[in-house]
Amino acid sequence: MNGTPAVLVARGPIARRQPEAPVWRSHLHGSDLSWSIIFVSPYAALFAAFIIYPIGYGLWMGSHPPLYGELLSDPRYIRAAINTVIFIGLAVNVQMILALLLSGFFMRRRRWIKALLAIYILPWTLPAVPAYLSFHWMLVAYPQGLPNNLLMALFGIEGPFWFNHNWLAVACNITANIWKWMPLWTLIFLGGRMAIPQDLYDAADIDGASLYQRFAYVTVPLLANLYLISTLISTIWTFSDYAPVLFVSGGTPDFGSDVVSTLGFHYWLDYANPPLAVAAGLSVLPLLIPIVILLMYRLKKAEVQL
Amino acid sequence: MIRALFPARLRRPVRYRLRRILTEATSALLGAVILAWSLVPVYNMFLVALDPTGHNEFTWEIWPSDPTLAAFVALWTGEVEDVRDIWLQFGNSIYIGFFVMMLTVLAGSLASFAIGRMRLVKEWKLTSITLLTYVIPSSTLIIPFHRVMHIYGLLDNPWAVIAAEVTFATPYAILVLLYYAKLIPIELDDAARIDGASVIQLYLRIYLPLMAPALAAVGTYALLFAWNDYFYQYMLLSSEKNTTVAMGLEQFFDDDDAPWNYMMAIAILYSLPPIAIFYALRRYMASGLIAGGIKG
Repeated sequence: MNGTPAVLVARGPIARRQPEAPVWRSHLHGSDLSWSIIFVSPYAALFAAFIIYPIGYGLWMGSHPPLYGELLSDPRYIRAAINTVIFIGLAVNVQMILALLLSGFFMRRRRWIKALLAIYILPWTLPAVPAYLSFHWMLVAYPQGLPNNLLMALFGIEGPFWFNHNWLAVACNITANIWKWMPLWTLIFLGGRMAIPQDLYDAADIDGASLYQRFAYVTVPLLANLYLISTLISTIWTFSDYAPVLFVSGGTPDFGSDVVSTLGFHYWLDYANPPLAVAAGLSVLPLLIPIVILLMYRLKKAEVQL
Repeated sequence: MIRALFPARLRRPVRYRLRRILTEATSALLGAVILAWSLVPVYNMFLVALDPTGHNEFTWEIWPSDPTLAAFVALWTGEVEDVRDIWLQFGNSIYIGFFVMMLTVLAGSLASFAIGRMRLVKEWKLTSITLLTYVIPSSTLIIPFHRVMHIYGLLDNPWAVIAAEVTFATPYAILVLLYYAKLIPIELDDAARIDGASVIQLYLRIYLPLMAPALAAVGTYALLFAWNDYFYQYMLLSSEKNTTVAMGLEQFFDDDDAPWNYMMAIAILYSLPPIAIFYALRRYMASGLIAGGIKG
């Protein structure tokens, strides 16, 4: 009996010290644990209600094999699938490579280049619908849209009707997508370049490295991981980016420039066939899932490196 | 001997100067190309908005021949039938954008704090789970989403759109916040703990203030996301009183006789809020994006 209070007193500070030491960081308990769970719960609730449930519902909707036979027998779907691959392959890679190169240009310390950067970011800050509608309006007006007028004024050639041909229309959509999203990736690569220590470049200069060698042997290896992760994220986003197709060409001529996601809208709204629309969307999963897994792997590896 | 030395000595500076002039000329040229590339579609908006009819596409004009602010004035006075609801639509867009921004910052910062600072679970587990959001393209997910919203009874309710947009904006926000949080030494938290700070105090007094740049970047990103969206708004909202600007703009799309000058005037006004916020927060954005440069 007499010993108990002494033991309690003696245990007090020890018991208090334990949670303060790294222990509370490795595995939580008590109020820390409950608070952490409370902090995560808003996002967890959102995720369960608006991601897990709809994904499950969608997988169930598109789980009938005959739907895919129906898709493959539709020439519009084949066309859209080819367009999707071309759209993503070109739009993502062109904007990534140009963004990487342009970020080097924007590293130059000139006042006018800083001012130019502010203007260059403008397309990214413009909302998608008005920006793409402006593209549509420039290109749909034949023969006197702004690009055609400029062609006439500068070179004296009469421009084409941009939405009259599949590939031309796809090219217009790709251009609009690059225009809108390249500034974001340029900013991110600019951030990455700023994080590269200047001494590495100084050392390269002492060794007599040329501009190309500085780029190829200093910048590229250090930005490789950032570049890969950005490319993967951009690819995933572009898969679900319907806006350039919907608003620039509108899928003209005759579904010729539609991608899978916008064709899905047609299946859903014009033909009132939601399961077929879901099946069209799910048909890109064989391409999309490896990209997501690769991204998860790269992010995990990046974390280990940090 | 001396004559032989002179040309060699002179050649170097001349060559360097020539190279410098060439570099400057190339970068000036590149700058001009970038300027044109960035501004042509924006310029086109003004060209159409400033035209008295908006049908100037059938003239070979590069400069506005008869510029007028009539379209903007008409929007202000609300005297044109097609665009009478414009301010209601603006109100709805701002309502949705504001809550998407706030809730993304809130949900993202809470989750990233619990995982990144409290180490509730390993970070890569959270990032992997959040990436599940992108496994099915959001343009496809809208279809089951529409059904699910019907089940929840949220159709034609702005909160359905807010929920959808917050859900899609938060994963990227968490990613950026987690990487930015690594720049803040964890020892700060330890020190505060020793001084007796609670978890909430850690979050409010240490995490939020130090994360301000990243939070600004993430909030702007969420606002841009809401402002860019069209299809979720179009599918989930139907009644006139819930129409947003993006939906209103789309109505002009198929109509060749539509008053395009009004449409472009609306487009310009609609573009202003995100641009203003972006440039106001640019200083923060830059450092937030650098950290969010997903370094690895």
